[in-house]
Amino acid sequence: MNLQPETLARIDEVITHYPEKRSGTLPLLHLIQEDIGHIPEEAIEWIAEKLELEPINVYEVVTFYPMFRRKPIGRRHIKVCRTLSCALVGAYKTCSKFQQEFDTKLGKVSPDGEVTVEFVECLASCGTAPVVLIDEELHENVDEAKAKEISDHIKAEAAQRG
Amino acid sequence: MIQPAKPELVTVNIDGQEVEVPKGINVIEAARMVGVDVPHYCYHPKLTIAGNCRMCLIELGMPAVDRATREPIMDEATGKQKINWIPRPQIGCGTNVSPGMHIKTQSDMVKECREGVMEFLLINHPLDCPICDQAGECKLQEQATGYGRGYSRFIEQKNVKPKRTQLGPRVVLDDERCVLCSRCIRFSQEVAKDDVLGFVDRGSYSTLTCYPGKELANNYSLNTVDICPVGALTSTDFRFKMRVWFLKQTNSIDTESSVGANTVVWSREGVIYRITPRQNDEVNDTWMADSGRILYKQVQSDDRLLPAGSLADNLAAASALLKDGGVAVVGSGRSSVEEQFFTARIAKQLEAKSCIVARHGEGDGILVSADRNPNTRGALVTGLITGLPATELTELAADIDAGAVKTVLVVGEDLTAAGLSADQLAKVNIVYLGFHANATSAAAKVSIAGLTVFEKSGTYINQQFRLQKFASAVPGLAGATDDRVVLAQLLAAVGGETTGSDLASVWSALSREISVLDGLAYAQLPDTGLLLDSTAWSGLAFPEGETLHYQPATAEATA
Repeated sequence: MNLQPETLARIDEVITHYPEKRSGTLPLLHLIQEDIGHIPEEAIEWIAEKLELEPINVYEVVTFYPMFRRKPIGRRHIKVCRTLSCALVGAYKTCSKFQQEFDTKLGKVSPDGEVTVEFVECLASCGTAPVVLIDEELHENVDEAKAKEISDHIKAEAAQRG
Repeated sequence: MIQPAKPELVTVNIDGQEVEVPKGINVIEAARMVGVDVPHYCYHPKLTIAGNCRMCLIELGMPAVDRATREPIMDEATGKQKINWIPRPQIGCGTNVSPGMHIKTQSDMVKECREGVMEFLLINHPLDCPICDQAGECKLQEQATGYGRGYSRFIEQKNVKPKRTQLGPRVVLDDERCVLCSRCIRFSQEVAKDDVLGFVDRGSYSTLTCYPGKELANNYSLNTVDICPVGALTSTDFRFKMRVWFLKQTNSIDTESSVGANTVVWSREGVIYRITPRQNDEVNDTWMADSGRILYKQVQSDDRLLPAGSLADNLAAASALLKDGGVAVVGSGRSSVEEQFFTARIAKQLEAKSCIVARHGEGDGILVSADRNPNTRGALVTGLITGLPATELTELAADIDAGAVKTVLVVGEDLTAAGLSADQLAKVNIVYLGFHANATSAAAKVSIAGLTVFEKSGTYINQQFRLQKFASAVPGLAGATDDRVVLAQLLAAVGGETTGSDLASVWSALSREISVLDGLAYAQLPDTGLLLDSTAWSGLAFPEGETLHYQPATAEATA
C-alpha cells in the first residue's frame, strides 16, 4: 500500500484530534480511500497497527458503511440518483445510457478503466431531477442526451491524456 | 480461613417484596438473590455489560421526593411514600440497585416486552432444535417457552447466513442461530485477551466472524461455546456426540496444572463425553482451558496399563520386594491427597526416602500455571516431600548407582522421563502403580493397574492451598483398583498401621495426624473448596506466576 506523503501527514495529524486513538478509525479509512480509491485488506491491518487495535475492530467498521469500497473503482465514480423524483423523470434511462456508453455494468469498472456507474439514494436536488454526481461534481437535469454529452466529454479527456 | 468483607446492603423492592441486597449489584443479580428469574442473553456475570439483547427489560421506580424541599411525597391512599415509575422499561443488566429502588419483573408491560424481544429473536432463528447440539441447555429454547408468546406470526422469508464456519480448531459457528449477544466477542477481548471475533455487515445480515486469515485458536476458545446462550458456537469435539439431557454431571477438578480449575464431567453409561468449567469465584470464575477439556480421553487411551494378575498376588509380590529393604519411594504430584498420605506412610514405615517428580511448563497467566502437577501442595501437606520437588531425580539416580537402593516404589511416574536411564531401572526392582503404561511400568517387577482421576474420588490442594474434592464420574477400568485402596493395602502388607481405605476413614486419620487438616472431613468439604493455612510453607519459592485469582506470595515478599 503506497500512501502519499500528504495523506500520511494528515493521518498523523488527525489522530491527535481524539482522546482515544481508536476514534481515528473512521477518518483514517476516509483518508486512505481518498488516496488509493478503496480499502484493501492491507489498509485494514495498517490502520489497526497504527491505532493499536486488532484488525477485526477496523474490519467491523469497514463492513458497516457501504461507502467504504473493498475493490478498486474506475477513474471517475458516476453516482446516479434513483430515489423517487429522479426515478420518475428517467434516472433509470440515464443510468442505462452511461452503462451503454462505457460498455459496463452497474458497480463494475468500465473496460477502459475510466468510470464506475452506480445508483445512489437521494442527492437532495429533486427540483433538477434526474441528478448525477460524478466524484464531487453535481450534474443536473441529466436526461439521456446530457448523459451522452457527459460521456463524450469524459472520453475526450481520456483520449487527451492517453 | 479468611472471611470476605461484609458488603454494604441496600433495601430494594422487587415485585412488592422488600429485600436487602449488596450495594452496586445489578437488577438481574438482585432478583436472582430472591429467586426471581430475569431472563437475559447478553448479560454474563463475569463479562462487561453490553445491554444489547434487551431481554432483561424490567419496570423501574424510585420513591418520589419533592424537588424543592427534598421531602418525601406521600401517597395518601396507602400512607406510604409515592413511587415514581419510569414510563419506559429499563434493562436489568445495566441498572444497578440503589436504596429504595422499586422493580417490577412480572408486570404486563414487562411481559409484553419479553414477548416482543423473543418474537424478534425467533424471526431469523432457524428453529432447528431437533438437530441442534444446544437443545436441552439452550437459553433461547428455555426462554421462548418461559417468556415467548407461544406461536409465530412470521410469514416472510428467513435470513440466510453462513452455516458451519470453522472459527478455529475447536469451535464451529452457525451464524443463523446466533442472537448477536456478543458474549463470545467480549470473552475473547476481556478474558482470553485474543481479540479476533467481531460482527461484520452490521444490519439485517449482522454476522459473527473472525478476521479473515485469523482463527479463534487460543487455549480458552471453548469457553465461548459454554457461554453462547444458543447453538451458534459448538465444540468440534462434542458436536453431534450426545444429547445433553442424557448426561450425568459429576464435579471434578482440572488436573493439568496447580490452578485446579473446578470442572463438571459429563458422562453416560460409563463413558465421558465432555468436560466443562464449574463456577468457583475464588479459582476459575466460570472458565477453564481447552487443554483441560480433552483430559477425559486418557480414560480410553491406548497407553492405559491393563490389569495383569490378581490384586492379592500383586500385593504379595510387591510387599515381599518392599520388605526386603533398600527401598526408595517415588510418589506423584498427580496423586490425590489421600493417596499421597498413604504413600508417605509407606515410605515412613519402610524408612525410605520419598520424593515426587516436578513437572514444569510455561504459565499462561490465566488458568494454566507453571506447575503442571495438580497436587504438589498435597505432597507437602501430607509430608511426602518436605521441600520443592525437582524435575530430575538425581539423588535417586546416585543412590541406585551407589547400590543403596534395591527396590523403588513408583506411583504413576515414568522414571525415564525424570532423568533415569534404562540401565539404572534395570539395576533395581520396580513396583509400579498407575493408570498408564510407560517405560517404568514395562521395566517393573510388579505393576498394578490404577485409575484415572475420572474413575476415583479424592482431593487435591491447588496453588492457593485450597483443598478441593473430585468425585468419580465413571466406573473404573475392569480389573483395575483404586490407587488409594492399593496403597492402603500395601501399607498394611508392609506392616504399617491399618486404616480403612474408604474416604471417611482416611479423612479421620488425615484430620487426626495433619494439623492443617484438623477437623476436616471429605463429606463436609464445600464444592468450592476450603482454603488451608499455608504459613508453614510460606518460605518456599513456588514456580507459579500470576494467574486468575492468584498472586505468587514471593512477589509480595520482595515487593
